Amino acid sequence: MKNNKSTPLIETIGLRKLFKLNGGARLHAVDGINLKIYPGETVGVVGESGCGKSTLGRTILRLIEPTSGQILYNGSDITKISAGKMREMRKDLQIIFQDPYSSIDPRKSVIDIIAEYMFIHKVYKNKIDTYNRAAELMDLVGLARRYSSSYAHELDGGRRQRIGIARALSLNPKFIVCDEPVSALDVSIQAQILNLLMDLEEELGLTYMFVTHNLSVVKHISTKIMVMYLGKCVEMASSDELFQNPMHPYTKALLKAIPEPDISKRDEEFALIKGEVSSPINVKPGCRFAKRCDFCFDRCIQEDPNLTEVSYEHFVSCFLVEKNKVEK
Amino acid sequence: MNELILDIDDLSVIYKTDLETVKAVNGINLKIGKGKTLGLVGETGAGKTTTALSILKLLPENTGKVTSGNVKFEGTNLLEMNEHEIREIRGGQIAMVFQDPMTSLNPVMTVGDQIAEAIIMHNEGLSKGEIEKRIDEKLTMVGILPSRKTEYPHQFSGGMKQRVVIAMALACEPKLLIADEPTTALDVTIQAQVLMMIKELRNRLGTSMLMITHDLGVVAKICDDVAVMYAGEIVEAGTVHDIFLGEDHHPYTEGLFGSIPNLSSRTKRLNSIPGLMPDPTNLPEGCIFAPRCKYCMDICIRVHPNTVFDETHSLKCHLFDGKLRRDKQEGKSEKQ
Repeated sequence: MKNNKSTPLIETIGLRKLFKLNGGARLHAVDGINLKIYPGETVGVVGESGCGKSTLGRTILRLIEPTSGQILYNGSDITKISAGKMREMRKDLQIIFQDPYSSIDPRKSVIDIIAEYMFIHKVYKNKIDTYNRAAELMDLVGLARRYSSSYAHELDGGRRQRIGIARALSLNPKFIVCDEPVSALDVSIQAQILNLLMDLEEELGLTYMFVTHNLSVVKHISTKIMVMYLGKCVEMASSDELFQNPMHPYTKALLKAIPEPDISKRDEEFALIKGEVSSPINVKPGCRFAKRCDFCFDRCIQEDPNLTEVSYEHFVSCFLVEKNKVEK
Repeated sequence: MNELILDIDDLSVIYKTDLETVKAVNGINLKIGKGKTLGLVGETGAGKTTTALSILKLLPENTGKVTSGNVKFEGTNLLEMNEHEIREIRGGQIAMVFQDPMTSLNPVMTVGDQIAEAIIMHNEGLSKGEIEKRIDEKLTMVGILPSRKTEYPHQFSGGMKQRVVIAMALACEPKLLIADEPTTALDVTIQAQVLMMIKELRNRLGTSMLMITHDLGVVAKICDDVAVMYAGEIVEAGTVHDIFLGEDHHPYTEGLFGSIPNLSSRTKRLNSIPGLMPDPTNLPEGCIFAPRCKYCMDICIRVHPNTVFDETHSLKCHLFDGKLRRDKQEGKSEKQ
């Protein structure tokens, strides 16, 4: 794990996003997230659908305006800066979307899609330079140049996702939010894209925030992992630590629920979590996971657990862990 | 081998339009033993769903066409049945669970009525009370409170909807259940719940199953036999032991295993398979996997390989012609 204690590239302090619903109800999508992402790290954010992981990714880039809290980029707050300045910032902060079918303009050719951001930001003075750079980007992400005048519908999901990656890279960003970039792809194509993202990280010194529901993917690519449940971070640790020593009951259950391609574990029962994710609307105090937790006790439904550091750089938000610590 | 419930022999299916002919399934053989679960694995477009649809004669009428082969269900050829006969089978003896629970339920009918539909269809003369009793029974079986039968699909979550769909499929106690990616649209924790339930019900009711999936993890958990499908052909088939523990594999199977990020060990790079699946309107002349295969030899490009057998294990690859041991030792590290 990288322990470069310089300024984090991205830091969120108490970041919250509440969506107002009809009738004054509030949906707690992201609820007080403190996250530090250091240069060169890949932070994986995992959780089930509806846990707020995508909202978090978008809020960090201010594609969704946060309700409260701060987002620091290189130590300076970007939550209050003007739209014009934010636009400048966006050169450094990019996103790769989940669905390569709907995130690409169907009426533009591949080369135009990749060149679009460079035209918007007037990176080059003339068209030729811009298109040359776009063609270079195609080489970089492994798209054959013969596709430059094709349209998105002519290409398969893997190639489309490569366009999305080339586009995100076109402004030489420092930080990229990858929002489920491989979940719409087949396994063999998924492996190609994951390899590409990892190569690019090394070559270009990128920092990723990798949002996904797939734990094996996140383990493969991340240095640090944050597990989210209903808008809150329940556990955060380095990738190896989290998989070897999961502490929160939700993380444990999540890890056990993955069917592994290994028949020696065939007859092992899945550790099942009861029930389903409860509603994120007007949440009551208490641990969000309490309803589904096997170890739930009185305190869990009365107050919110805090994220505490149980061992070096390993944060857990659970009373059980706190309790055990005291008993020991 | 014990009694077969389903025996597919040399099945080929094409989709024909004015512009092109898509060879979706090309001469596949599949056998499912009574009470066994066969996992049909492959990527998008490999022809898995087409295979399932042709078993029940559900191919789109205008374009889909079976060009050769037999599908024998307990000895009778389903493909020769007329529409009336096959309707007796569908939902009664063979039931199907589709991938997307959100779209396979009728939004304007209560879930109770939807389950009743299947029961009434195949059991004429049941009294109203008996039908209600059966609905309750089926819902309880899949872990849904019977009191929720008067609710509509939109009032259920994704996992619950899939349970309803499974309850419908099992309503008439079919002998064979075809499950087409039943858990792909669900979250992992819900997927685990549904898989455990399917496994438990299958063992209790003795249903045979054809499980279509792209997830080798799911296969490892619940299947007895596995068939790996690629571009309309079965490239490798065998018991789960042959596929997960055996040494000899089709290069595509090897690639599939290499593509999955491993939870227990950390590798720097995934051994992805380069390239894409061939265009089914224009399949290669030789081995269908040759253009992506790292062991590709001259013969692979020219000659279509035959299937070689070793008891339960079968492979379709020139590397194993005449023998099931490979001479080259390279690439043996595909999985631990």
